[in-house]
Amino acid sequence: MKRAAQLVSLAALAGTIVPPALYFTGNLALDAAKWWMLVAAVAWFAATPAWMDR
Amino acid sequence: MADDTTARRAEPVDEFEREPVPERARLGFSSFVGQYAGEHTAGTELMIGPLFIASGVSAIDVVGGLFAGNLLAVLSWMFLTAPIAVRARLTLYFQLEKICGRTLVTAYNLANGVMFCFLAGAMVTVNATAAGLWFDIAMPGLNDVYPDSAGWVVTVLVMGALMTVVAAYGYRVVARIANIAAPWMVLVFVAYGIIGARQLGIDSVGEFWPKAQEFIWTGGEPLAGRAKFTFWHVMFFAWFCNMAMHIGMADLSVFRYARKSWYAAGTAAGMYLGHFIAWLSASILYAHQLHVTPDNTAVLPGPLAYNAAGIAGVLCVIVAGWTTANPTIYRAGLAFQAISPSSSRYRVTLLTGAVATVAGLFPAIAMKLLDFVALYGLVLMPMGAVVFVDFWLAGRFGFRSRYAEASGVSINWAAALAWVLTLAGCLAVVNMGGLQIYFVGLPGWFVAAFLYIVLSRLVQRKEVRS
Repeated sequence: MKRAAQLVSLAALAGTIVPPALYFTGNLALDAAKWWMLVAAVAWFAATPAWMDR
Repeated sequence: MADDTTARRAEPVDEFEREPVPERARLGFSSFVGQYAGEHTAGTELMIGPLFIASGVSAIDVVGGLFAGNLLAVLSWMFLTAPIAVRARLTLYFQLEKICGRTLVTAYNLANGVMFCFLAGAMVTVNATAAGLWFDIAMPGLNDVYPDSAGWVVTVLVMGALMTVVAAYGYRVVARIANIAAPWMVLVFVAYGIIGARQLGIDSVGEFWPKAQEFIWTGGEPLAGRAKFTFWHVMFFAWFCNMAMHIGMADLSVFRYARKSWYAAGTAAGMYLGHFIAWLSASILYAHQLHVTPDNTAVLPGPLAYNAAGIAGVLCVIVAGWTTANPTIYRAGLAFQAISPSSSRYRVTLLTGAVATVAGLFPAIAMKLLDFVALYGLVLMPMGAVVFVDFWLAGRFGFRSRYAEASGVSINWAAALAWVLTLAGCLAVVNMGGLQIYFVGLPGWFVAAFLYIVLSRLVQRKEVRS
């Protein structure tokens, strides 16, 4: 369970920084990048409390 | 920042308040890296970055000044603060009590608490710019001093009340959220910069520097009501925006937990993530706003973040503001409670939060954050010089260290006068001499050290003779 939560957190961090990088290189629209960042934020705050700082 | 920025560390201060930190409680290097990285990526960074642009700084000056200033800040923590911290292993307050006496420490706590209130007020302002987005309220402008719309007043009061109640009753929950949010927040701040750069038409890394000079940090005239910034302004601001913490010695309370003094190198994580990348990112967002709407000079973190990163961006502003305002209000409450120990901590924190909320109504504090942060450091800095001299140089100059503890006095007048005279002198130079506030901290520290040596020899002349 802890391992799965850590993987989700890692994916959430990637989801926070990769979409802006893709927008920078012209491979993703800004609105799509914003939505991915929101999904990543939700995933981060849902998964991370399960393993961090407990 | 700001700093600021300061008090996610409030909880450890509750432990070993009147005794040296024992071996079993000491912490490793990574603890300090994480703490400083999270602490210095605060909502107020989104205020500070744009204010560099408003001051007409050039690209080479801002990048070079931030690099050098942050390096000097890290070295100050490493070579001034931490060596004393790991030898004495006491909080600043307990060490000051031994040097200055109980009454003088109470005055220091009062000054500290008041400055914390205003800092928390700026954080409430930042959060109100984010929360106000949902209700389309009229936001303050760059040079506004007073609140100018009912919507703004209501938003600040609601945000301030929420933050205050949580600081009083839910401190630990928000402190935990702060730790959890830190890695995500750092990446969102980086994302602001990447998206802002693309919005300005920069579409490759190679284009960044030439376009940064042309569109972002152009080095032109400052906006109305702002002083022109050079390399030196940026360097001294970056060095001294946490002056209270390093040369002011407030972080003795943090590094007393470090096994080795070099662990203070971990502050570089906070300086270069928060006070370099986050400030530059926030600058880029503001440059884009000025590029698209040149007449819109307002520095409003909420709209800036929303335009770049949508709802996730606004969420980051709220979380960053809340998680730093929470411990700032809490620590201000602790400082005030030390003056009246019998008062309920909850009541004191609620009162403190109310003062911070009222301060948050006035946009001038946030819009003049560069000056306020410099003033905050200046007020507390002289006591850092007193601690440094008392610890390292008292014997060499022939006076007794920890004089209040040894003599039982409640005010060590040498420390009191060194503090007040240095502060008065620095403020006089700023107000009458026309020197910018960022430049008086360094000479001020040496003046305070010199005054403390001379005055200690006078105050302790009987002991000195014997």
